[in-house]
Amino acid sequence: MTEIPIQQLIDSTYIVAAVFFILALKWLSSPVSAKRGVLVGEIGAALAVVATLCDPQVSQYKWIIIALVIGAGVGIPLGLVRMTAVPQRTALSHAFGALSAAMIGIAEYYVHAPRVTKFGMGEIGLEVIIGSLTFTGSLIAAGKLQEILPQRPITYKGQNFVSLTVLCAAILLAVVLVIHPEFTHLFPIMVAVALIFGILLVTPIGGADMPTVISLLNSYAGFSAALLGFVLNSKVLVVAGALDGSSGFILSVIMCKAMNRSFANVMFGAFGKVQASSGAVAETRTVRSATAEEAAAILSAANKVAIIPGYGMAVAQAQHKVRELYDILTKKGIDVRFGIHPVAGRMPGHMNVLLAEADIPYDRLVEMDDMNSDLPQTDVALIIGANDVTNPAARTDASSPIYGMPILDVDKAHTVMVIKRSMNPGFAGIDNPLYYLDRTLMLFGDAKAFVGDIVRELSGSGSHG
Amino acid sequence: MPSDFISNLYVFLLAGFVGFEVIKRVSPLLHTPLMSLTNALDAIVVVAAIIIAGQHETKLSTILGIIAVVASFSNMVGGFLITDRMLRMFKTGKAKKP
Repeated sequence: MTEIPIQQLIDSTYIVAAVFFILALKWLSSPVSAKRGVLVGEIGAALAVVATLCDPQVSQYKWIIIALVIGAGVGIPLGLVRMTAVPQRTALSHAFGALSAAMIGIAEYYVHAPRVTKFGMGEIGLEVIIGSLTFTGSLIAAGKLQEILPQRPITYKGQNFVSLTVLCAAILLAVVLVIHPEFTHLFPIMVAVALIFGILLVTPIGGADMPTVISLLNSYAGFSAALLGFVLNSKVLVVAGALDGSSGFILSVIMCKAMNRSFANVMFGAFGKVQASSGAVAETRTVRSATAEEAAAILSAANKVAIIPGYGMAVAQAQHKVRELYDILTKKGIDVRFGIHPVAGRMPGHMNVLLAEADIPYDRLVEMDDMNSDLPQTDVALIIGANDVTNPAARTDASSPIYGMPILDVDKAHTVMVIKRSMNPGFAGIDNPLYYLDRTLMLFGDAKAFVGDIVRELSGSGSHG
Repeated sequence: MPSDFISNLYVFLLAGFVGFEVIKRVSPLLHTPLMSLTNALDAIVVVAAIIIAGQHETKLSTILGIIAVVASFSNMVGGFLITDRMLRMFKTGKAKKP
């Protein structure tokens, strides 16, 4: 008779866990309460795991303990990666999440097959398809971010047709299985086709679109967990999956808006194809360049400075030099703020984390809209490793591939300084008219070295004065 | 349509709605920790993996369950760990040492 209270106790623990998960996300609204949010999430997860280990259905412990130890052994190093590597770590964790959801769905099918109800088969089929395609898709995304795979979009003729055909084949197999659950040999084929579709889905997508892709895969991983909750009739999985899925969905929408792409455009993999616009027009225009000494003089004469960092800053490992620059300017009484475009970095919010890691106070990190209302009153806008997100053609030139994309209006600042290696067009191959403005000074060189030179100039002049 | 499905659908829609409202309020400053935290929370599938691996129905289901335990538990541990690390980096100007 003791079995019933134990089961009720376990179920109550799951309810507590679900509530704690919601609180964890609620407290993430501000950096002050966020640490409490993580703690509450950890407690909820720990309670649920311990309760499950007490479940009378669990009879074999040896392998579970071994698996938990291995899982922790894999998870801890993945929790300790550098902040620049967080995007690929995140993609990998989407892959792991989707893998486990798919594995459990497959196991559940084989435990009951062929005595699966039509409705149950539909749920399992959908769950396993989404889990499988998210698994391989996330692996490809992680490979691209880690630069094991080419960052360039890999495309060929008829690509969307082939990809959609493969997806339809997977869905068709699931439908056949719903009608004839006894055709068990079709199940592994369906899984294989879904795995292939995941590869086809992400391979054509270029590195610049990774923030959107990661968010979408996040959403898929969440929904596959929620569907697994339907299959197993587990409410805590439904809740956690719905939270994760809606989070990924919201972030995808934010990323789409920040890049001015429609959702359909993203879903069908047509994005990431960069049409190199005619770059030849730019040749004859002249730019003004400046040395570190001149840049330092302009900066120290300013009252208000806006620094616009892009992923190029992280590639050059310049964030710590930028912090030094921030410190020295702040000490001179200059107001320094950082304008963060939503797609700066390789995943949503990535630039904030990179700057926070370099000890830049988060109250100096300003969202795009707030920054834009401030830029006309800003003396100097210093752009480090960012290009397209500052391109005024997005506002003015309807023929530009990035026309309509929201940008940081740095061209409204009194003086614009751009640290750049050379005049070669950036990642997307789009020419930036900002560089030819009268108020723009180009600072040619490596971001880390150049910022270091400015810092040296500033500290030198400080000791003389 | 099974009654379980209807009740799960209720939970899904309500949780999705709550998630939408709560996550909308998360500052863009914290979107990276948001993603790693939801990843860690999503790793709660480990409870289903433990049941599948532990009930020992068939050899195949046990093996698949064990793989799922490894994958999801690594997400849980790694996800919480990195979220915590990232949040510790966010400091205000006042708290910064000279």
